[in-house]
Amino acid sequence: MILQALHDGLLLPFSDYAFMRRALIGCIALSVGATPIGVFMILRRMSLTGDAMAHAILPGAAVGYLLSGLSLIAMTIGGLIAGMTVALLSGFITRNTHLKEDASLAAFYLMSLALGVMIISTRGGSVDLIHVLFGTVLALNNDALVLMISIASISVITLSLIYRTLILECLDPLFLRSVSKSGAWAHYSFIALMVLNLVGGFHALGTLMVIGIMILPAAAAHFWSRHVSNIIFLSVLFAIGSSVIGLLISYHANLPSGPAVILSAGGFYVISMLIGTENSWRNQYLQFNKKAKA
Amino acid sequence: MSSIQCRNLSFSYGRHNRHVPVLNALDVDIPLGNLWAIVGPNGAGKSTFIKILAGILKPSRGSAHLGGVNEELLAYLPQHTDIDRNFPISAYQMVAMGLWRFMGRSGGLTPELRARVYDALDKVGLSGFGDRSIASLSGGQLQRILFARLLLQDASIILLDEPFNAIDNKTTADLVQLLHHWQAQGRTVITVLHDLDQVKEQFPNTLMIAHRVIASGHTHDVLTPENLQKARKACAEFDENNLEKLHKAHAF
Repeated sequence: MILQALHDGLLLPFSDYAFMRRALIGCIALSVGATPIGVFMILRRMSLTGDAMAHAILPGAAVGYLLSGLSLIAMTIGGLIAGMTVALLSGFITRNTHLKEDASLAAFYLMSLALGVMIISTRGGSVDLIHVLFGTVLALNNDALVLMISIASISVITLSLIYRTLILECLDPLFLRSVSKSGAWAHYSFIALMVLNLVGGFHALGTLMVIGIMILPAAAAHFWSRHVSNIIFLSVLFAIGSSVIGLLISYHANLPSGPAVILSAGGFYVISMLIGTENSWRNQYLQFNKKAKA
Repeated sequence: MSSIQCRNLSFSYGRHNRHVPVLNALDVDIPLGNLWAIVGPNGAGKSTFIKILAGILKPSRGSAHLGGVNEELLAYLPQHTDIDRNFPISAYQMVAMGLWRFMGRSGGLTPELRARVYDALDKVGLSGFGDRSIASLSGGQLQRILFARLLLQDASIILLDEPFNAIDNKTTADLVQLLHHWQAQGRTVITVLHDLDQVKEQFPNTLMIAHRVIASGHTHDVLTPENLQKARKACAEFDENNLEKLHKAHAF
């Protein structure tokens, strides 16, 4: 009885429906490729930069859409160009004016978002807009899956090449500059990876929510370990877990899948924040009680 | 004997018309194989000078030559405030970064290199601390870890920026011994310090900077009341001339 219920509840949706399997594969590719990038975004205090970048991708994708409809290639290339342009421009403005980087990014992403929505609205209807903003994880075709898996592979390989440099760049940047000139190179590779993953992910989760699967599992993992390699491993596990749970919830309760996946990741975050082993609410509470008793 | 030579070395922060000339036309000779202290008032350009020697900053004018020593054989220890102490990394991994020259940006650790990491931890009195996260270490323990990293760098020229700032006495004494040990091995050790009593007791040679060279040579010849007075005066003049620019540079 119980086994049958478990089978129907957990396995059946994936074994019976190809669109659920595709959604799962897409989400796993994102978890493996994008979530480790999210860990470094948090370590480099760039979570909001990523959010801004995700918005910036919109007008690029919109122009691609305007030129050739819902074409995967056109929207991807458009998104890549727009994302890289904003990343480079905001860096340029920070270096050459007195505006801090967060402010220049905010300025750019607000303009990008408005521009993107306007471009899409001139041609498409609100359905297209919702597709781009929130993604369609249940309608991933083969091309989209191949794209997402390729991006995940590129991410894993590149990240393993710049891993040590990235760590030193956050941990001890002056030491890095004294032993190697590769800091700037690693920084730009990282920005490129960020944009690449945001673009790859927006087909599934949309430009507004793709950042969620990068940041939430990564933030949750920080509550469980003080070693960056463990944090990366855990964050990928959490992201895959959120994907499975989110897709199942959306299937059984007939809810939109993208938000269900991101909310599941949010669940991991809240639980980790409360009962995690490092710097969690439980830690602080126990320490406070210990001090009060002593 | 060859030496580190700086000729007309100048450095300015800021750009366009807001130059703040932190270092002005320094001519310095530091013979290799010695133990040197760099002293001067706060904001006198000591850290900037050592960053130029470490190759982190490029001089705006003039030159700094390392007496024929390859850049790779140079080790630099930043101030504690420049290190993100909350970064999730173990003491072992922090020390292992000292092997950069041997493993590069993506090479692995061979068993032989691993053994060197443990040996370095042992030498600074922290064997068994490898698995601890750096966030859980005291200031003194972190400094020992950073000295273990320096050990692994196996450098000919070792540059340190305020290594004993806010460090307990026992650790300071141990680490100063290590500096003497390195000098005895023929390495050049140059360290920025602010505790003049410590400089008098432990460092045979001193360079005093206040945006320019005030004095350089044997410590007892350099640390005279006249020189200290001169250094303070030079810094006061500098502040007066550049106060407005400094304000502008830090606006926003």
